[in-house]
Amino acid sequence: MNQIQRFYGSSIGKKFVVAVTGVILFGFIAMHMAGNLKVFTGNTPSGVPHIDEYALFLQTLGAPMLPKMMGLWIARAVLLVCLVLHVVTVILLSQQNRRARPIPYVRSEKQAASVASRLMMVSGLVILAFIPFHILQFTTGNIQIGNRTFVHGHVYSNLYGGFSVWYGALGYAIVVTLVGFHLFHGLWSLFQTLGLDNPDRNNKIRAFSVVFSVIVTIGFVLVPLAFITGLMPSPVDYDPSLLNQINSTSNH
Amino acid sequence: MRIRLQIWRQASRDDSGHMDTYNLDGVNPDMSFLEMMDHLNEDLTKKGHDPVAFDHDCREGVCGMCSMVINGQAHGPKQGTTTCQLYMRHFNDGDEIFVEPWRSQAFPVVKDLVVDRSAFDRVIQAGGFISNHSGPKPEPNSILIEPEVAEQALDAATCIGCGACVAACPNGSAMLFTAAKVSHLGLLPQGETERYPRARNMVKQMDKEGFGSCRNYAECEAQCPKEISIAFISRLNTDYLKASLVEPKDRRGKMKSQ
Ligand code: HEM
Ligand code: SF4
Ligand code: FES
Repeated sequence: MNQIQRFYGSSIGKKFVVAVTGVILFGFIAMHMAGNLKVFTGNTPSGVPHIDEYALFLQTLGAPMLPKMMGLWIARAVLLVCLVLHVVTVILLSQQNRRARPIPYVRSEKQAASVASRLMMVSGLVILAFIPFHILQFTTGNIQIGNRTFVHGHVYSNLYGGFSVWYGALGYAIVVTLVGFHLFHGLWSLFQTLGLDNPDRNNKIRAFSVVFSVIVTIGFVLVPLAFITGLMPSPVDYDPSLLNQINSTSNH
Repeated sequence: MRIRLQIWRQASRDDSGHMDTYNLDGVNPDMSFLEMMDHLNEDLTKKGHDPVAFDHDCREGVCGMCSMVINGQAHGPKQGTTTCQLYMRHFNDGDEIFVEPWRSQAFPVVKDLVVDRSAFDRVIQAGGFISNHSGPKPEPNSILIEPEVAEQALDAATCIGCGACVAACPNGSAMLFTAAKVSHLGLLPQGETERYPRARNMVKQMDKEGFGSCRNYAECEAQCPKEISIAFISRLNTDYLKASLVEPKDRRGKMKSQ
């Protein structure tokens, strides 16, 4: 316990926590983005959108070993712990940084720090504010944007509704662009924090950050863009029992 | 040349301080920045005003005393130089030049542009040394060092302890300085022995002095007069993480089978 306290008490120890939780959150973000792309792959032969089927797959994560929803709740718990640790730690670090420079410069010229690196707290706080909103809109349906009624599990239809109005699509696009900014600096930065960067690989690690931050941003933006421009077919009602059929087959 | 200076004036540690404006005539383009400051001070003294206090010593880029943030950059706009190596020909006639002290909680302003950098001394005292015996020394060539490693250690050793990294960092972090010292000693066989306790103790003191944390902006590297690489910060992180998470604390304890 003492050792953990000493480690977390140091600035490098705190940055280690930010970096490790950042990697886990990035893993989630990357998979979330990839999963979203299922909206573009159409329907199963029985007419269930692939994205709805994918949502069901997430609910039955770990089946048959784990009961329905259990795998998902474990994943949610891990992510929540990471998010809380990440946010609490960056706040502690920012306080330390603010104390370290009590009087600002009258003139200050930056030479190296990227825009993304200087916006870490801004992009982070926007993401933080967005998360509960996003869950209330697309997971629980408590917040409705557009005038399509929310139906649990009917992801395609809910996305169609949520992105049918310009502010729903635009707001989402802005937030995921900020996620891209966060990753643009963060993905490289975490290697440096973990002591894994060196002049031999610096170019490759930076290229990795650029490529992944751009891919993640584009992948996320494509979905609202496709809906708002009317490229996506309107949702077709289907019998919810079809979903249950998929569920029972995937349980065997 | 004629220039207009905006300089931070602060009578003492407790004074709140302010920017003052000075118009200076007869600046020779071949004057160093410090000579220009001398010229200003002569002018001020003649007029019966208090001259601007600033630190300087070697005036050839090796002592690290000439701490000034000039136009928002530590040691001024020229890369890889100290203030004393900056010349007025790097500016234009009629320029307005802002001169401020290092801004850091850990480097309190003593007077005008003079700051107290003894926080760095305490970081060094915490581990920036090697423990050596006072007996007969081995034949120097008997310790072999890979040339590339020796060069790397010497790159780190060029740090003059000026504090520009702290001044330049938006977080007021001293990671580049600490990393340079930890690496310069830890890379060589004489300092390798204390590599991990050194990293642990110097980082502990660094945090205790009130420096900020590293967000990997790389502003320090860009403004360091010796262009010390942030690769050393990565190396310090490795050393510190290893010292805290991997290195055994109980090296000699007994173990049981299971
Ligand atoms: C959604 C997922 C998120 C991901 C994938 C993510 C990822 C990362 C990564 C990889 C880093 C770099 C770590 C390092 O420098 O070693 C980082 C740093 C940071 N994150 Fe996040 N983050 C997320 C959410 C947030 C949130 C909600 C905040 C809210 C305040 C935030 C604020 C910050 C800040 C301020 C830093 C810089 C910390 C420092 O270097 O002092 N992040 N993040
Ligand atoms: S690392 Fe560079 S800027 Fe920092 S104290 Fe050493 S020489 Fe000065
Ligand atoms: S006066 Fe010695 S480095 Fe500038």
